[in-house]
Amino acid sequence: MSELTACQKLDIIRHKGRPTALDYIPMIFDEFFEMHGDRLYGDDNAIMGGVASFKGTPVTVIAEVKGRNLAENQKCNFGMPHPEGYRKALRLAKQAEKFHRPVICLVDTAGAFCGIEAEKRGQGEAIAKNIMEFMTLKTPVISIILGEGGSGGALALAVCDRLAMLENSIYSVISPRGFASILWKDASREREACDIMKITADDLKALGVCDSIISEADGGAHNDPQQTAENISDYISQTLEDLQRKFQKGLDEMINQRYNKFRVVGEFEEPSAF
Amino acid sequence: MQLEDLFSVVKVRFNGDKSDDTNSSKKTDIPTGLLFKCPRCRSVTFQEDFQRNGKVCPNCNYHSRLTAKERLDITVDKNSFVEFDGDMISKNPIGFPGYEQKQQELREKTGLKDAVLTGRAKIRGEDIVIIIMDSNYMMASMGSVVGERITRAIEYATENKLPVIAFTASGGARMQEGIVSLMQMAKTSGAVARHNEAGQLYIAVMTDPTTGGVTASFASLGDIIIAEPKVLIGFAGRRVIEGTIRQKLPDDFQSAEFMLENGFVDMIVERKKLRRVIAHLLKLHRPQAPVNREVTANE
Repeated sequence: MSELTACQKLDIIRHKGRPTALDYIPMIFDEFFEMHGDRLYGDDNAIMGGVASFKGTPVTVIAEVKGRNLAENQKCNFGMPHPEGYRKALRLAKQAEKFHRPVICLVDTAGAFCGIEAEKRGQGEAIAKNIMEFMTLKTPVISIILGEGGSGGALALAVCDRLAMLENSIYSVISPRGFASILWKDASREREACDIMKITADDLKALGVCDSIISEADGGAHNDPQQTAENISDYISQTLEDLQRKFQKGLDEMINQRYNKFRVVGEFEEPSAF
Repeated sequence: MQLEDLFSVVKVRFNGDKSDDTNSSKKTDIPTGLLFKCPRCRSVTFQEDFQRNGKVCPNCNYHSRLTAKERLDITVDKNSFVEFDGDMISKNPIGFPGYEQKQQELREKTGLKDAVLTGRAKIRGEDIVIIIMDSNYMMASMGSVVGERITRAIEYATENKLPVIAFTASGGARMQEGIVSLMQMAKTSGAVARHNEAGQLYIAVMTDPTTGGVTASFASLGDIIIAEPKVLIGFAGRRVIEGTIRQKLPDDFQSAEFMLENGFVDMIVERKKLRRVIAHLLKLHRPQAPVNREVTANE
């Protein structure tokens, strides 16, 4: 689909004009009503969620929000959620389950925030809980990685029936910078890390993690946000239709398949099993 | 143990903490030697005393790391353990340079196949599935083998209606397996979700260190979460947080006590009481007839 290297893609997703969930939501959904708060501690602007209409179908939208300028970034903590953000996401997902609405997650974060308050309020537990609860959520879940899918902070919104990635997006166990710093004790080897980590949409499709790749405008989504939004919208329509057709008899089979989607990932051998 | 090693250790102790930070790799690497230096309180005790105390620091009660084999021996009934999937070894999913060779060397050096031990056992006669992570193998990071063995063990427990006892210890996801290691978080948590829906008991025992992707998945999902005293528990690494917020963190940050205070651990239990406590909890969770299920004709 694209001949760019992982590094070149990293440059594209870090382009300051790259559209974020704040751009896409109004282009893709109608009547978006934002809902605030986790009902436990507070509200986190790094995750935005609410109900909306998608071509006439009610859906729940949960999105990680990166700012487009400094003021927005200060408000949304540069797209790095705190535990209350993940707990808000879970609350809204449970609400979607109650009212039989599909959940659309837009993933875009460098990672869950690392700080004292985040630890005190249980960042690890919040992510773990989301992973567990989304695994058995009785309503369809579609996740789309818009830019950066950073580690557990992304996975907390990416346990889903279908995972799509924008053409230039990346999804990784840790940021390339963190990878270089942990494995080679040298964060400056970020670009080198990028190319061996297997983090592009094509890599992840080959590894069986990503189901579909959504095309961006030529040269990157920033060149034509509207076009990219239409591609995302087409993907959501097709996928919702597909899920509905496939699982019209009941959601148990859908949830089984969701489990298996993750269950099969892993590469090992068992010498004695033969 | 050579005499000069003993002296070098003593020198570190008396030179104070500052000097040992700069060349600590050599001088604090002494757990197999004559002396034990506690990483928490930095006091030095005779290895013999430390071992006799169950690898617990006699000075500050820090519960040091055990091998999976040592943990198994002090936890389950004699001769009750049957291992699952003991031959499983990892491949190299993202083609990380040198990963196969590193694994090969580690297998030879440690005698382990990977960083987790799983199987069926009994604790004071109660049947359980046990999961024990071993930090001697790549800091018990979670890759394909760890994820698969844990998932299979929990699935076995679900099918056979057994409780799961998991001793967690991990540096987090195994970087060398890239995104595949991240997916192990989803896989293991999914298995817990099903075990949970089947109404079975899962006790997580957090041991030193429980961090990263393991904290953010199955370790935090126990019905009951126990921690050993003074162990490290957290999501992000200390240095990462200090780098982000640009200030030093307090010493007790991310300890078992910190997690208890903030509501993420049910209880802190000393190693010597752990087997007894688990056995009691298992007994209290034996299958009960549901209350008020049916009213009989006599009533």
